[in-house]
Amino acid sequence: MNDFITNIKEINSVIIIQTNGYLNNVGGEAIAEIIKDKMEQGCVKFLINMKETKIVNSIGVSILIEIIEKLQEVDGKLGYFNLAPIVEKTFNIMGLTKYSTIFESEEIALNEF
Amino acid sequence: MKTPVVELKLPIIPNMELIATQTAEVISRHMNLTDDQNSEISMAIIEACINAFEHSKAENNVFIHFIIQDDSLVIKVIDQGIGFDKTKIAIPKIENKIGTNERKRGWGLQLIKELMDSVEFESNEDGTTVTMKKNINK
Repeated sequence: MNDFITNIKEINSVIIIQTNGYLNNVGGEAIAEIIKDKMEQGCVKFLINMKETKIVNSIGVSILIEIIEKLQEVDGKLGYFNLAPIVEKTFNIMGLTKYSTIFESEEIALNEF
Repeated sequence: MKTPVVELKLPIIPNMELIATQTAEVISRHMNLTDDQNSEISMAIIEACINAFEHSKAENNVFIHFIIQDDSLVIKVIDQGIGFDKTKIAIPKIENKIGTNERKRGWGLQLIKELMDSVEFESNEDGTTVTMKKNINK
């Protein structure tokens, strides 16, 4: 775990990754590395808690697109919750919401995932 | 009164764009912009800076001018890189990127266009200037 990833937990076979700070190339790679490791262990459902990530850039978000692509190969899912409005807007502009899901809270995400 | 201008000079070092967003936040507060407007401006600045840092092959600094006008905030991001041909910049679509060999990046200009009220690019072999404007809703 690095400074960007502050917690990883598993609930009902869903891996929940909590981030902290700027989602740039370094942050994106940190998420990708964890998801790759967990996929090798058989996990296919992932949620990212972005409560402490108020700012992103397109390089970091592009890495999430790469993750979505890899998850599609195993019928997996990626979702997010606690997004700042500008992060949600960025995800919408880049089209991530066509291939992954934004939830209002962890509870709702776990119920619907 | 002369139009107030805040000027920044950023070295090309990772995450220096965040200095520009902090400056934008102070200016946004001064201009009574909303939190959403401030966030959109910050995001657009980040993308313009990343383009300047990564794609311009500029070896010097990137300059950012914040021009505070009565009815708008104009931001110029200036690099002295090799420039780019804007006619060769395709509009990115995630449908074309997922499950294909197309690179996943290349969203910066599209994000800037969506987040700001107007954007203009001037680019030649001596560098690029991106001029972005956010209108103030009074």
